[in-house]
Order: sequence, then structure tokens, then C-alpha cells
Amino acid sequence: MVFSEDDKRSIKGIWNKVGGHLREYGAEALERMFFVYPTTKTYFPHFDLSHGSAQVKGHGKKVADALTNAVGHLDDLPGALSALSDLHAHKLRVDPVNFKLLSHCLLVTLANHHPADFTPAVHASLDKFFASVSTVLTSKYR
Amino acid sequence: MVNFTAEEKGLINGLWSKVNVEDIGGEALGRLLVVYPWTQRFFDSFGNLSSASAIMGNPRVKAHGKKVLTSFGEAIKNLDNLKSALAKLSELHCDKLHVDPENFKLLGNVLVIVLAGHFGKEFTPEMQAAWQKLVVGVATALSHKYH
Repeated sequence: MVFSEDDKRSIKGIWNKVGGHLREYGAEALERMFFVYPTTKTYFPHFDLSHGSAQVKGHGKKVADALTNAVGHLDDLPGALSALSDLHAHKLRVDPVNFKLLSHCLLVTLANHHPADFTPAVHASLDKFFASVSTVLTSKYR
Repeated sequence: MVNFTAEEKGLINGLWSKVNVEDIGGEALGRLLVVYPWTQRFFDSFGNLSSASAIMGNPRVKAHGKKVLTSFGEAIKNLDNLKSALAKLSELHCDKLHVDPENFKLLGNVLVIVLAGHFGKEFTPEMQAAWQKLVVGVATALSHKYH
């Protein structure tokens, strides 16, 4: 997937707008995902998944930071996400279908908190971005 | 067959009563065409779809979005019987419109995102879950008569 200059501008633009809230949104997207798609909980039997869980907050922060790193390397996602790609392939082995579920919940969360900035063009670029990240993270699965 | 709890029905109807079918329908269909441009294949006769702003401002897109969401409204009145409520529309989408049912899933998720954008705090995870169940139910019912 190739990012146009407009895509890059849209993605970086909303990322800057969201700023420090991103970690909170990471946690909220996970919470939405666990609630709306209960099968995703099967990957976290060792977590307290109740509302406000510190473990979910911590994990949300991890996910947010990884995405922020990716935003800084839109021209080389495979390079930037190489270690995470290995981790997901060899250790975590999260079924690829789940990346779409988390991506959707990230879009819902961002739309919910930043409706004015979440324009159709930004929505399109973000959808592409999350899809690309998902592809990279599952690229070494087999 | 999808079953909605009383709570889920309450959540869906509660939000639906505040939905402006023209605005939300137009926005959802517009965003579908912007975010997944290949879906424009069904709308060659709609005129200018050359940019996000052209799509979102296109009066035919808005009118069609309203039509689609109005049908959703009919589905909401028949939550216990989506398959029969949407049987005729299912036949239409297969036999006349030739729409791949994958598109129903795409539109359903875009609708959820549009509602999330409009309803702020009210669009809790519980509200989202009820609506995800609804859009899946509608997509399934619309695919039911495919052959």
C-alpha cells in the first residue's frame, strides 16, 4: 500500500492533534474491542480486563507508542515495525482477523473524540494506515 | 438468527430516535465511497465522484444515503425478524444490483464510525456493541436470499 502526500499529511496531522491523548485512546480502543468482540479476549487470559484495568491502560500505551513510531516512518513501515512483526509471528501469533477488529475500534475511538478532525479524507488515510500496519505485523506469519 | 436483548433494543432505539436519517445516511454512504473507492463501481451514474469533497457534496450520494438509512430504520422496527423484513431487499441486491455482500459489512462499519463521530459520550462500548450486532444482522439478512 502506498501513502500519497495527502495521506501522510492527514495521518501526521491528526496524530499531532491528538497528541498526549493517544495513550488513553489506545486503552479505550482495546476496551471497546474486548467488549464488542469478546473473542479477542482469548489472547489476554492473564489480564484483568475489567473497566479501568491498569493492565489494559498499560497495553493501550504500548499499542499507541508503536503506532506513533510507525507514523514517524510511513515510508518504511516494514523496517520500523520489524521487531514487532517478529514478535507477532513467532511469539504472539494473533490471528490476522483480529487486526481488523482493533483497527476498527481505533477508528471508532478517534471519530468519537475528534469528530471535527476526523474528516472523510482523514478517515480514509487512517484506514489505509492501520491496514498497512496490520499487513506488516502479520507479514512473517508464514 | 440474531437475538437482541431488551437492553440492546433499548440502546438501538434510543439512539435511532435522535438520528437524522438524511445527514447520517448521506455521510455514511459518502464515507464508504471515499474510504473504499472501489465501492464506487455501483454508482457510475452518480456524476462527480472525483474527490472526497465532490463525493460528500454530491446530491445523488446524499439522496441515496438517505434511502439506504431509511431501510435501516425499517429493519430496526423488525429486530426480531430481520431476515423476513429484508427478504425483498436481499433479492433486489442479488438479482438486480449484483452487490457483493462484503459491501454490506463495509457500510455497516462505516455507519458505526459515523454514529461514533456524532454521538460523543453517548456512544459507549455498550452502545457500539448493540449497533455492531445490528449491522451484522442487517448484513446477514441482506445476504440471505443470494444464490
